[in-house]
Amino acid sequence: MSDPTTLSLVQQARAIKDGDLSAEGLVQSHLDRIDAHDGVLGAFLAVDRDGALARAREVDQQRAANVPLGRLAGVPIAVKDQIVTRGLVTTAGSKILAGWVPPYDATAIARLREAGAIILGKTNQDEFGMGSSTENSAFGTTRNPWDPTRVPGGSSGGSAAAVAGHLAAAALGTDTGGSIRQPASFCGLVGVKPTYGRVSRYGAIAYASSLDQIGPLARNVADAALVLKTMAGQDDKDQTSLPMPAPDLLAIGPHFDFGGLRIGVPEEYLGDGVADDVRERVRAALTRLSDEGATIVPISLPHTRYAVATYYLIATAEASSNLARFDGIRYGHRTATYGDLDELYARSRAEGFGPEVKRRIMLGTFALSSGYYDAYYLQAQKVRTLIRRDFEVAFAQCDLIAGPTSPVTAFTFGERTTDPLAMYLMDIFTIPASLAGLPAVSLPVGHDGNGLPVGLQLLAPPLQELRMLQVAHGLESMLPPAVCPFGLSEAT
Amino acid sequence: MSRPLFEGWEAVIGLEVHAQLKTHSKLFTSCPVAGGSTADLSPNTFTDEVILALPGTLPVPNAEAIRLAVRLGLALGCTIDRRSQFSRKHYFYPDLPKGYQISQYEDPICAGGTVPVAIGDAIEHFALRRIHLEEDAGKTIHDGRRGESRVDLNRAGVALVEIVSEPVLHSPEDAVAYLKALHRLVVWLEVSDGDMEAGNFRCDANVSVRRPGGELGTRSEIKNVNSFRFVGLAIQGEIVRQIQLLERGGVVVQETRGWDEASGTTRSLRTKEDAHDYRYFPDPDLLVLDVPDALFEAEKAALPELPNLRQARFVASLGLSPYDAEVLTQNRARADYFEVVAPHVEAKLAANWVINDLLGALAKDGLDLAESPVAPAALATLLGHLQRGTLSSRMAKDALAAMLKGADGEAWVRDHGTQVSDSASLVAAIEPILDASAGQVADFLSGKDKVFGFFVGQAMRALKGKANPEELQRILRERLEARRP
Repeated sequence: MSDPTTLSLVQQARAIKDGDLSAEGLVQSHLDRIDAHDGVLGAFLAVDRDGALARAREVDQQRAANVPLGRLAGVPIAVKDQIVTRGLVTTAGSKILAGWVPPYDATAIARLREAGAIILGKTNQDEFGMGSSTENSAFGTTRNPWDPTRVPGGSSGGSAAAVAGHLAAAALGTDTGGSIRQPASFCGLVGVKPTYGRVSRYGAIAYASSLDQIGPLARNVADAALVLKTMAGQDDKDQTSLPMPAPDLLAIGPHFDFGGLRIGVPEEYLGDGVADDVRERVRAALTRLSDEGATIVPISLPHTRYAVATYYLIATAEASSNLARFDGIRYGHRTATYGDLDELYARSRAEGFGPEVKRRIMLGTFALSSGYYDAYYLQAQKVRTLIRRDFEVAFAQCDLIAGPTSPVTAFTFGERTTDPLAMYLMDIFTIPASLAGLPAVSLPVGHDGNGLPVGLQLLAPPLQELRMLQVAHGLESMLPPAVCPFGLSEAT
Repeated sequence: MSRPLFEGWEAVIGLEVHAQLKTHSKLFTSCPVAGGSTADLSPNTFTDEVILALPGTLPVPNAEAIRLAVRLGLALGCTIDRRSQFSRKHYFYPDLPKGYQISQYEDPICAGGTVPVAIGDAIEHFALRRIHLEEDAGKTIHDGRRGESRVDLNRAGVALVEIVSEPVLHSPEDAVAYLKALHRLVVWLEVSDGDMEAGNFRCDANVSVRRPGGELGTRSEIKNVNSFRFVGLAIQGEIVRQIQLLERGGVVVQETRGWDEASGTTRSLRTKEDAHDYRYFPDPDLLVLDVPDALFEAEKAALPELPNLRQARFVASLGLSPYDAEVLTQNRARADYFEVVAPHVEAKLAANWVINDLLGALAKDGLDLAESPVAPAALATLLGHLQRGTLSSRMAKDALAAMLKGADGEAWVRDHGTQVSDSASLVAAIEPILDASAGQVADFLSGKDKVFGFFVGQAMRALKGKANPEELQRILRERLEARRP
């Protein structure tokens, strides 16, 4: 067989079950690609070479002994460093956690391992998920495999680069305001942010608790669905996880009947500020859907214009609280010299956190301060309710909502770091679904003039992942595959 | 009701009590709680990933803690908020691992209610503001000599209720009475074990003074006093300090003061200027705290008779003295014990024996009725003998002493026999003694009453101590008089 890293995750899992591939061989092929290309890409912060190979050999032994294999047996998966992995250093891209080795697994990781998945390593990200380009990592740059002069997006940029570059079959990301969907869009991948509560947050290092969700990044919809199905479901360790059975995402068939499907397109999502190429590619995809029998319904989400402001109040407020535990006392970075307790805190945190994290902690601390709470945090919660209502109204008229994932395609390094506000505003299309807790998927729908992938985002009502992914799968099958050219010529 | 401590001044006191809930695990994780005092345990042994606030961990509420808070609220007549909320209270300290404490702020689980307190002969109902659930912090130990501080998280995350009174107390005595009543109640309800030495029942006092009828004065808060006596002393001292300050023309500043046991005074810890901004906000990791119907109804149905009501009933329907009734309702085990014994014998007799003989003996070993080796039914049987006259008081005391050492009461009675009360047996024992003591008989009959004791002693000895003393004396006098020439 040719290079197995070119196979989809579903194909890899099938090949291992059928005995066409050994798990060890599959993992080794990915490790070889990491060795060959990660020097350029910088997707990984840590690679668990020995652990992954040992686990792969166990899978091979199980198969040899006719022990039934799990759904993801032998499949190598990369994990965003925000997600806690037992025995494998976990930093969330922050110096303040440099070298921290967790004694436990996130619930999502435990469920993947249970299904036989092999955790290859931990991927780079914006520190604590705060950023849209992975440039806010304390541990270096990650490059976009489609064009290494460009960012992979963020904050789950390392996961996106690893999957697009075929260094892993799929990857986990976390999405607070678009951190799975935007890098998926930039790297030509399928990225799913599930309904809030669909996947346990236990072991996802908290950035903004009411928004954070773990989800998959994959090279096609079926791969993403398989990973999501494996992680989803209620968890006794996360009170906000939903007591709903995981959707049977394996029911995604190759053909989807678009007849009768109503797709809402918000006027706010295709206006000014969206790059022409992006608008065109998204419009073209919508035209394909309507050619297949779907009805395109113009809708309005009037509170969208407050979404970014609302998000940056709520997310920073929660972050200022969630990051209080990084105090240099029990784990993580502690300053070398201090005179008293206050200095220990101040210096450890000043040295450990990067500038964007500090900015958000200060914003959030302000928003929660006595005398400002009502005007900022409480007001933001009220607007959040209005945004949620916008969607309820909209979903009375349509089944799904479609638009661009990001107003732009992947940009170059340093292009947007000087203006944090401009960077925040790029999250305009991903943030509303986060605030409303809705499931959303980004999938590639072509390229811009520079050959960079354009992502289309589908949003669904709460818990409607199955229909959302069925439609995504149907659309995907009508479009040419988004094959990232990176390093594949010499591999095949 | 106001009781001026100083002429022309009125003290206004509100109390905040932190009571540790009697749960096996901590408030937001299955991590077990160390039993009793944590002082002797190795530090940081009762922790887990949630208690250590490791990155990625999340809290999950302990249903038993919610049950106990509901029980307490129902007992105190609070309004139970069926949908209350947990909030985060932020401050940095090494023994607060998350950098915030999960507490309740805007929507506590219980609002209103009263604590009934016996003040003199009357019951006063002191108004409560609220009761809320929160987690405890750990302990920081400062070693000044080595210039080190050490943190023990064994206590961190333990479930507490904070019981907040309205500022309705007006003297240190009322405050202490309130605390004692509340303490008895939380232990009674099995909501807390109330171990004050272990810090399971701690008190903060808010104290201000004013001219009667005037505006409320500026208050100071006295933190973490953990004995009834010290609370009284600390409040008394603080009232005096504030009055003296005001009478000299000074002003009371809003501040937090600490009680210093050695000097018996309070001293300033921090003033309002360096007060924390706790930045409370609803904890996004936790759902609204929903009290399920089943739990609410079950607690309501199972609510025991409260100590003050039981105390009143012991006086009104059993005829006990107010003092005896109070002693017997000091805790639920005592009241339950007494109520097993009481129906079988006269209630006052039962009360005397339970309080003076049994509790007295147990107290020497630091025990209470809950740990009594003598079961209440066994005591009832014993007192039945006493009441029927089959045992003398002396014999019953001896029997109880043996029973406290593990003897079976009825076996003791079998071995030692019952009291001798019948005249024939008594006469049979007395006559030979009188025959043999002609001199003493003559003395007695000539008016030397003192020798009567000699005859009693002789007869008792002959009957091996089992004579019914009253009967013995009656018959002895009768037989002596019969010998008067």
